[in-house]
Amino acid sequence: MRDAGALADLDVRLNQDGPIPLDVALSCTSTSLLALVGPSGSGKTTVLRAIAGLMTPKNGVISVGGETWLDTAAGHSLSPQRRRTGLVFQDYALFPHLTALDTVALASDATTREDKRATAAIWLKRVNLEGLENRRPSQLSGGQQQRVALARALARDPRVLLLDEPFSAVDQRTRERLKQELATLRGTLRCPIILVTHDLDEALALADRIGVLSRGRTLQLDTPDVVMTRPTSRTVARLMGQMNIFNGTITSARRIQWSGGELELTHLPASVSPGQTVQWLIPSDAIVLHRRGRPSQGERENPVLCRVVQLTRLGDQTAVTAMVDAAPDAIFNFRLPTHAARRNELAEGSDVTVSLLADSLHVFV
Amino acid sequence: MDWPAFALSLKLGFWTCAVLLPLAIMLARWLATTASPAKPWIEALVMLPLVLPPTVLGYYLLVGLGQTSWLGRLFAALTGGDILFTFKGLLIASLLVNIPFAVQPMQRAFEAIKPNIREAAWVSGLSRWDTFRRIEWPLAWPGVASALALVLAHTLGEFGVLLLVGGSIPGETRTLSISIYDRLQAFRNDEAAIMAGALLAFAFAALAVVHLSARRRPHA
Repeated sequence: MRDAGALADLDVRLNQDGPIPLDVALSCTSTSLLALVGPSGSGKTTVLRAIAGLMTPKNGVISVGGETWLDTAAGHSLSPQRRRTGLVFQDYALFPHLTALDTVALASDATTREDKRATAAIWLKRVNLEGLENRRPSQLSGGQQQRVALARALARDPRVLLLDEPFSAVDQRTRERLKQELATLRGTLRCPIILVTHDLDEALALADRIGVLSRGRTLQLDTPDVVMTRPTSRTVARLMGQMNIFNGTITSARRIQWSGGELELTHLPASVSPGQTVQWLIPSDAIVLHRRGRPSQGERENPVLCRVVQLTRLGDQTAVTAMVDAAPDAIFNFRLPTHAARRNELAEGSDVTVSLLADSLHVFV
Repeated sequence: MDWPAFALSLKLGFWTCAVLLPLAIMLARWLATTASPAKPWIEALVMLPLVLPPTVLGYYLLVGLGQTSWLGRLFAALTGGDILFTFKGLLIASLLVNIPFAVQPMQRAFEAIKPNIREAAWVSGLSRWDTFRRIEWPLAWPGVASALALVLAHTLGEFGVLLLVGGSIPGETRTLSISIYDRLQAFRNDEAAIMAGALLAFAFAALAVVHLSARRRPHA
């Protein structure tokens, strides 16, 4: 492994009109993990391929710690072999004829065959594959194959680690275990990690920053909290799974009028002024259910009377769809613990009051 | 049994395999990996000897390699000899008719290697040559072996084009299949039967090798 002095930030600028349109700008500091999320065909994998040198955009600059890997304007492009990326493919792309040990040894930079195999054995141990060194891919489970692919990527001593939907081809239980292992492992890695995923929970759990891509464009690049609670556009909000987006009119610096009444907000973008019609978002985790028969002080904060139209139990969580009494076209979706739904006797058709937390109410610019 | 004819057939088979092997590997691998718009045209050209009557191919070879052709004249200027009715002419004809038998199985073998396997090797630091040597070849060699077995069997059985281009000169251009034809013309059916049986057995063995190697392919 390299020492701390070799830490390298990644900067990527990609631009082309076709065949796959790209307008991507992203950066990732060393030791941090950037998750790229977006719908299928949004260009997430293309970005990884461009960084790895498997695809060259018409215009672009890619640099790692001051070393330029790609500069199309200067006609400069390093081959994939010289870029030192560790890439875990979505289907792992293991070599069918090689054992786990030989696969990982092949990526090692060590000079002798013995050293390569020793390095490979260390990496296989680190990804919990000790004892399976002599198995071929066909003799390994999906989770084990994923670990071999990860060990191969890491044995390269990469300057950037690229993970393309690495958990998509395994079952839920294995996925959770692999995620935990990656979370543990990444603390010891000293290179930027880019994770492509369509699983928002995965991105939120693992990422330091999230890049939202759509149709080849970076729409937002920020911390998970900001992307979730302060999305830059309705499109980003939708892509992040936010469903509670409504129209309203700003009435003062701290108030907004909508079909469900008037609400208080704590933050209004400077570019928005009273009288302006806007769209606003309330994240589902900022919708707080009032407890029956036990009023509290917080219930004075943007209370909204609703009727439950649908209840869906999803294990220990219950998804609630509620219609605002004063505005039948306004529908809230939120989740709460199933025990809370039961304790509050929630049922389809029952009336509930919720508070929309003022500091989470987000107005789109 | 016409042993000189048998030996000539084996010699022709060997040289056909030896010359076609590197050329067919390169062409098959290119066809398997290219996105070039020329690919369908090249594939059609490769398949052409399979559907053309031997007389058509033989005719063009006679015209193209004859003493009046520029190729024939060039060859004569360089070597002082003719191409037609010699072993060299036979080899050129054999190479042409065997192109589809060599290229097709090899192309299928290289196509069976998923593109991201190559890319994974490149990203792991392997050069293009090392990727071929350490990743593609171990996966594709059964297809290459099948192709060679097919080429060898087909060369031993080839008749029409060889007769047109080479005639039936003992020890020079008379192969086993031509020798069988000559025996039949001379009503020496017993000799023809032995040689026909030998060819049949060889062809069957070669095809069995092809299918066995496909079955035993360890990573298919």
